[in-house]
Amino acid sequence: MTKARLMQGNEACAEGALAAGVNFFAGYPITPSTEIAETMARLLPKRGGTFVQMEDEIASMGAILGASLAGAKVMDATSGPGFSLKQELIGYAACAEIPCVVALVQRVGPSTGQPTAPSQGDVMQTRWGTHGDHSILVLSPWSVRETFDASVLAVNYAERFRMPVILLLDEIVGHLRERVVLPEHVETYPRRKPKKTRAEGYQPFAPDDDLVPNVADFGTGYHIHVTGLIHDETGFPSGSPAVTAEAIRRMQEKIARAGEGIVHTEASFMEDAKWAVVAFGGTARTAYEAVRTMRARGGKVGLLRLMTIWPFADAVIARLAKQVRGILVAELSYGQIVHEVRRAAAGACPVALCAKYNMKAFEPAEIVAGIEKLMGGDVK
Amino acid sequence: MSAEQTAERSFERYFRANRLPHLWCPGCGNGIAMKAIVQAIEKKGLSQDDTVIVSGIGCSSRASGYMDFDTLHTAHGRAIPFATGIKLANPKLNVVVITGDGDCTAIGGNHFIHGCRRNIDLTVVLFNNNIYGMTGGQASPTTPLGAKATTAPYGSVDRPFDACRLAEASGATYVARSTAFHVRHLSDMIAGGFDNKGFSFIEAMVQCPTAYGRKNKMASPAAMMEWMRDHAVMKAAFDKLPDTEKSAGRFPIGLLYQSEDVDYDTAYEVVKERAGGAGK
Amino acid sequence: MKQQLRLSGSGGQGVITAAIIFAEAAVADGLEAVQSQSYGPEARGGASKSEVIVSDEPIYHPHVEHPNLVLAMTQKAADKYFIDLREDGLLVLDEQLVPKPPKFARAFRIPITKLAVEEVGKPLFANIVALGALVRLTQLVPLEAVRTSVANRVPPHTVEPNMKALRVGWDAAGKGMEKQGMGAFTPKAGAGGAR
Repeated sequence: MTKARLMQGNEACAEGALAAGVNFFAGYPITPSTEIAETMARLLPKRGGTFVQMEDEIASMGAILGASLAGAKVMDATSGPGFSLKQELIGYAACAEIPCVVALVQRVGPSTGQPTAPSQGDVMQTRWGTHGDHSILVLSPWSVRETFDASVLAVNYAERFRMPVILLLDEIVGHLRERVVLPEHVETYPRRKPKKTRAEGYQPFAPDDDLVPNVADFGTGYHIHVTGLIHDETGFPSGSPAVTAEAIRRMQEKIARAGEGIVHTEASFMEDAKWAVVAFGGTARTAYEAVRTMRARGGKVGLLRLMTIWPFADAVIARLAKQVRGILVAELSYGQIVHEVRRAAAGACPVALCAKYNMKAFEPAEIVAGIEKLMGGDVK
Repeated sequence: MSAEQTAERSFERYFRANRLPHLWCPGCGNGIAMKAIVQAIEKKGLSQDDTVIVSGIGCSSRASGYMDFDTLHTAHGRAIPFATGIKLANPKLNVVVITGDGDCTAIGGNHFIHGCRRNIDLTVVLFNNNIYGMTGGQASPTTPLGAKATTAPYGSVDRPFDACRLAEASGATYVARSTAFHVRHLSDMIAGGFDNKGFSFIEAMVQCPTAYGRKNKMASPAAMMEWMRDHAVMKAAFDKLPDTEKSAGRFPIGLLYQSEDVDYDTAYEVVKERAGGAGK
Repeated sequence: MKQQLRLSGSGGQGVITAAIIFAEAAVADGLEAVQSQSYGPEARGGASKSEVIVSDEPIYHPHVEHPNLVLAMTQKAADKYFIDLREDGLLVLDEQLVPKPPKFARAFRIPITKLAVEEVGKPLFANIVALGALVRLTQLVPLEAVRTSVANRVPPHTVEPNMKALRVGWDAAGKGMEKQGMGAFTPKAGAGGAR
């Protein structure tokens, strides 16, 4: 373990990425994510890596995808408006199966919105923002320390599944400074390598056992072709309905097959809970405080915190809905993740929403009030 | 096959024979420009393993699929950012960008000028057919004033870009132009770009008989090539022309601009040195 | 033990830096600490607020609910940010820049910016003068840890005047405490007590 120090969430995002082997970062300034780019600009050249500030968010996305194809581990960081612009090439990365991590530090939207104020309104944008069908992996940490871990995990998942992974922060965690003790060593997932030579009939987009292809890096002599057109195992475009269906199925299946192992959640005070709060990111900290307050009053309330946002924790929520009498979803938006919780709960218990969208983070009392309303007269 | 024939067709090893024939229309100039690129590669002895071809979206950008290198067919307008990432992540690679007039100067215009500004070591070949070919003949930023397109049925009133002047003003350190009629010259201009360590821009004027020629009184590919022959003037001669003749549809070809400046990879090495990370 | 501090002023006065240094010193001293901020789009002017929570236990909700201490470096900040100060809390004001102190029993006025100009040479050092005063008043973090953090956080050529500013603030608070006959301010912990 290293020494305890005060660190900002955005800094921890950069530090985690570096620990996971990121050696290329392209970015474009945008509040409240800019400190990630600034930290990378300072630290990457010290470690022999490359930072480049591009002309816009689309270009920075293009640059990380090019760098990734050339063998680098890559990250980009932005906020809601920039993420909207990146959608085009996030879809490209999904289709062409290029490992990359995009950190998204949420602020109030839509449009320019409230640039310095916290929000969690980009949940659906991370899932459904691009055109077409593909799976996505989105992680959302609740503390500075966990931001470091989530950043490492995001890089590792991007490499393992060869796809874009979104590190979904909110302004609360991104700008928070707190005490952290970072690990000296982290596990990293190495770049996947071809298992055959060209002479042995190597096909760059032929899926391995886990449905993920071992695409050769540029400059290693394989002469591969990469395109955002639907392609077959050779990498070249195909107009075949069967190839198209298989390509789209595989983009979904490679994540579905990974199962619950990539769906990270954390339960607190849940053993005997009759009521539950579901929250994520910075809001989960306030929800934790609210749940503690309820416990102190004798209320059997627990907290389920979502760390993996997508794929959604369907099975976990389904189990939870059978355990408790009601679920309160606390989120800093007009209501996004609540729709997923309702879907996964499938009517097994009522799901109420505690929404906030006035530039301010939650206060514990507001979530306490939401729990009390859900419980009605029930104090056990 | 005689030795002479073999030498003459030596460019074929730079193509993916199993991906040909190409999808371009009969009489299209894109194939000429594509061949000029591989002949320049051959002339300069660039290794196939260490050369990456990056393209955008459009007719021109399908070229990457036919060429036997690591090739990347990116999104519309975004070839230069992808190429920038490749070059910075692995500076030993030669990175060639193939783009079109819509791809490079409309949707990718911002990336184009900033690539020039950074002087990133890329060789960008713009296949300029003055039209959006793949979508069926809409006006592009290089469609001449008065020319017809499906989205300019009464003649274009949008003033066109001179992509070479744009490149020069934006900081490119090698700017040249040639045409599909001047095949050897075009290849030489591209080869000259490989010699420049920095942003090299070569505008290749190519004919599009299907989407442009038919609408603009040049129905046959030959007529379009004759037009290029008659209107392209070597830079030195062009500079001496009186203004009245310059404006009569004539345009200069050849090496239009060249300067010495630090390329981005070299500049970033200095950053690494200052930060203490050189050689890591 | 959980203490909630709110430092406020206008953008450019450096309250965020002061809060970061305070939190960093707390961490160096083995405590849990979180620091957050809210600010407008202006880099200079506008209202600026930074909060620090120091505790010997993990901190979950990261924002101040009912501060034990509010520092206000401008009139606007004083009017806006002292509202939810706990009754047993302490209000620290810049004597000159807050000419109309809010009606609060435990208000402590220090000529922060005036001292920065007269004793250290520039109004720029007002935040560190204020920090010195807060360190003395709260006695939550050791002065030495604060000195180390200041040295790490300010530009190298300004370390010396900043150290002086810290001392000036510390002394001014001490003098004021003596005058008012108060010992070290030790606010009560706990969640209740809001007015």
